[in-house]
Amino acid sequence: MKKKKIGVYICHCGGNISDYVDVEKVRQAVEGEDIVFLAKTTMFACSDANQREMVNDIEANGLTSVVVASCSPKLHLLTFRNVTQRANLNKYTYVHANIREQASWAHSDNKIGATEKAIHLVKAAIAKANYAEALETNKVKALKSVAVIGAGVAGMKAAISLSNKECEVVLIEKEPFVGGRVSQWDSLSTTTETGKEIVNRLYNDLITRENITICTNSEVISNKGSVGNFTLKIKKTPRYISTSFHPEDLKKAIEVCPVEVPDEFNFRLTPRKAIYKNYPGEYPQTPVIDLKNCTRCGACEKVCPAVNFSEEEDIIEISVGSVLMATGFDPYTPAYGEFGYATSENVITLPQFKRLIDEQSDTLVYKGKAIQNIAYIYCVGSRQAKGDNTYCSRNCCTSTIHAALTAKNKFPDINNFHFNRGLRTYGKQEILYADSLRSGDIYLQSYEDGLPTVTIEGKKTIVKINDILTNGKEIEVEADLVVLVTGMVPRADNKVGTLFKLPKGRDKFYNEIHMKLRPVETVIDGVTIAGACQGPKNIAESVNSALSAATKSYSIISKGELESEPLVATIDPDRCTWCGACEAACPFDAIMKSEKEGKIIAAINNAVCKGCGMCAPVCEPDAINVTACSSTEIMSMIDALV
Amino acid sequence: MGEINRMSAKILVFSTEKISDPAIDMAGLMKLHYPPTVYTISIPCSSGIKPSWILHAFEKGFDGVFIAADGSDCVYGETCTEKTGALVGKTHELMKSNNIDPARLRMAAICSVCSEPFVKQIRSFNEYLLKTLHA
Repeated sequence: MKKKKIGVYICHCGGNISDYVDVEKVRQAVEGEDIVFLAKTTMFACSDANQREMVNDIEANGLTSVVVASCSPKLHLLTFRNVTQRANLNKYTYVHANIREQASWAHSDNKIGATEKAIHLVKAAIAKANYAEALETNKVKALKSVAVIGAGVAGMKAAISLSNKECEVVLIEKEPFVGGRVSQWDSLSTTTETGKEIVNRLYNDLITRENITICTNSEVISNKGSVGNFTLKIKKTPRYISTSFHPEDLKKAIEVCPVEVPDEFNFRLTPRKAIYKNYPGEYPQTPVIDLKNCTRCGACEKVCPAVNFSEEEDIIEISVGSVLMATGFDPYTPAYGEFGYATSENVITLPQFKRLIDEQSDTLVYKGKAIQNIAYIYCVGSRQAKGDNTYCSRNCCTSTIHAALTAKNKFPDINNFHFNRGLRTYGKQEILYADSLRSGDIYLQSYEDGLPTVTIEGKKTIVKINDILTNGKEIEVEADLVVLVTGMVPRADNKVGTLFKLPKGRDKFYNEIHMKLRPVETVIDGVTIAGACQGPKNIAESVNSALSAATKSYSIISKGELESEPLVATIDPDRCTWCGACEAACPFDAIMKSEKEGKIIAAINNAVCKGCGMCAPVCEPDAINVTACSSTEIMSMIDALV
Repeated sequence: MGEINRMSAKILVFSTEKISDPAIDMAGLMKLHYPPTVYTISIPCSSGIKPSWILHAFEKGFDGVFIAADGSDCVYGETCTEKTGALVGKTHELMKSNNIDPARLRMAAICSVCSEPFVKQIRSFNEYLLKTLHA
């Protein structure tokens, strides 16, 4: 074997690595290795400047392999493989060492240990690079179709974007109607269009497109396969109403339905029937019967022939090349008694308040009482000093001020009191804050250790605060209505995320690979994320991420084929005695009996072999190795790690 | 090795690129600490580990070997669990015949979001190895 000339680059990653790992010590520990031609440290290995330097080093010195010790290979393996390609070096001669997630961050409590570990990890990568061979990639077919899960504004916008790219799209919505949270809002800021109008506009666009299939009342129940070819099973729940209905008949059916349950669309402020639509213009236009609450009394069937309880659940199977997840968020539900929630009848949440002002006109009334003083308590369920939700929900400050202004425009007699912890109306949203101040809204502020209190004194609801804007003066407001400004939390029902094994971050929302560099990709190849399932976002931010995720999902499958790693099993003909164990172990039928120079041995079909290696441990004469994962490479890495 | 690492066993982890690697990476991201003498080698699938690699690790001085198995999430098929179990069983027999405590090889299914279970398993394995080998 010709002696290798390896270039080693050890990354500071700003301080992400070098705050805990002595990168210079790592460099010194490996520079003397026989096959290491050069060893350098770099502030950001992924920066353009460093990439150019690597290309120059490879070309100028005739390096035969490169090792970069930096972050997870999930983030930059491809980046550095591309660097080697630009320097006319086969990309499979590149070896990655993860000294961030698996050294500096994992052992940030132990700098000596983290540095020792990093040295061993880099030495192991050098050992592997010593055996790295030039390889050619395999091609596998990729289906030019994407499943978009969630038909809120992010999912709908993503579907339209994918449709423009001449890609087949299946838009899957668990609820009976499209639109998600946005359909619940009438008035929006920075636009005169209502949430319902936006949803309707998107839906009217969706239904004109032949390459989009919309499945409402549908849920993904199983997932098989991988990037390029996912097979999903979708359970479609019937609406129990045929699409050819007479509107007057349906109106009567809703009227005669004796069942009333809290209406989740109005955040349980009002009741709805078991046969329902959330609002008249809602899409799809066919109402639905909520069979969980329906008593099957038959009243609706008598007045509306379109009601059909014989409709049955359907399971369909689809195959797609990529999956775009846009499953949204849940509003935070305050704990019992939190700022008087559920213990005082004058306390509601921000989503409930928004529905309340949308539903009413002339005078603002709640539970029969005219409302004049409204106290908004901010950061309920967000920025918790004690609790799981330490994050800021980003959207609620602006949403509250917008709702307060909307309420004041609609009901001029009201007074708004904002009990906040510092306002975060970033960017253009600051205009709303200025409008609110001009309209006479009162802002009172506290820190997290001096939160406002809500007390009930007879029929009065008193909100008190030691206002830091007036040097801690105790100020109290007798409020007719207390609005708890609740933030966003991850969906309580995460079955679909579990199906795809999507990782969650510390905030329990779905986690991207890298918040800046790969903001819509997940560690599950071929699955992208968009909208508020990734973390709190406003509508504009959700749409931005949806367009980004749509482009990324499409870019994965756009060529109709994917490059797959050229990692296949190889047979040593001298050792193989053909016992058939490998053929039996292979899940892909990639191994067959063959004859070579008069000897019966195993042969690998490289087009079918996936490189899993299941055949290798069952081979008694140890005649099988997997490319780039051979016994020689693994054992040399073990030697370096000890 | 530094003073602070004396109480850590040397553990080799075989982890899989698509399933358990993300979990181990996320453990780092979440600063879920475990002993720094735990080293990971990535492989495509846990059912492709050769018993000879494990024996080589013991021969070279590793205190324990942990297989972060794909379990039922394996992208290469449902037989992974059974095959990984078989190779562990086979290796245990080889370890016995070489007078190596079979409990020094441990396996657990680690899915792509199983960061906390991974760290829990490793800490518990470390404690066992310290108790049996370095007490």
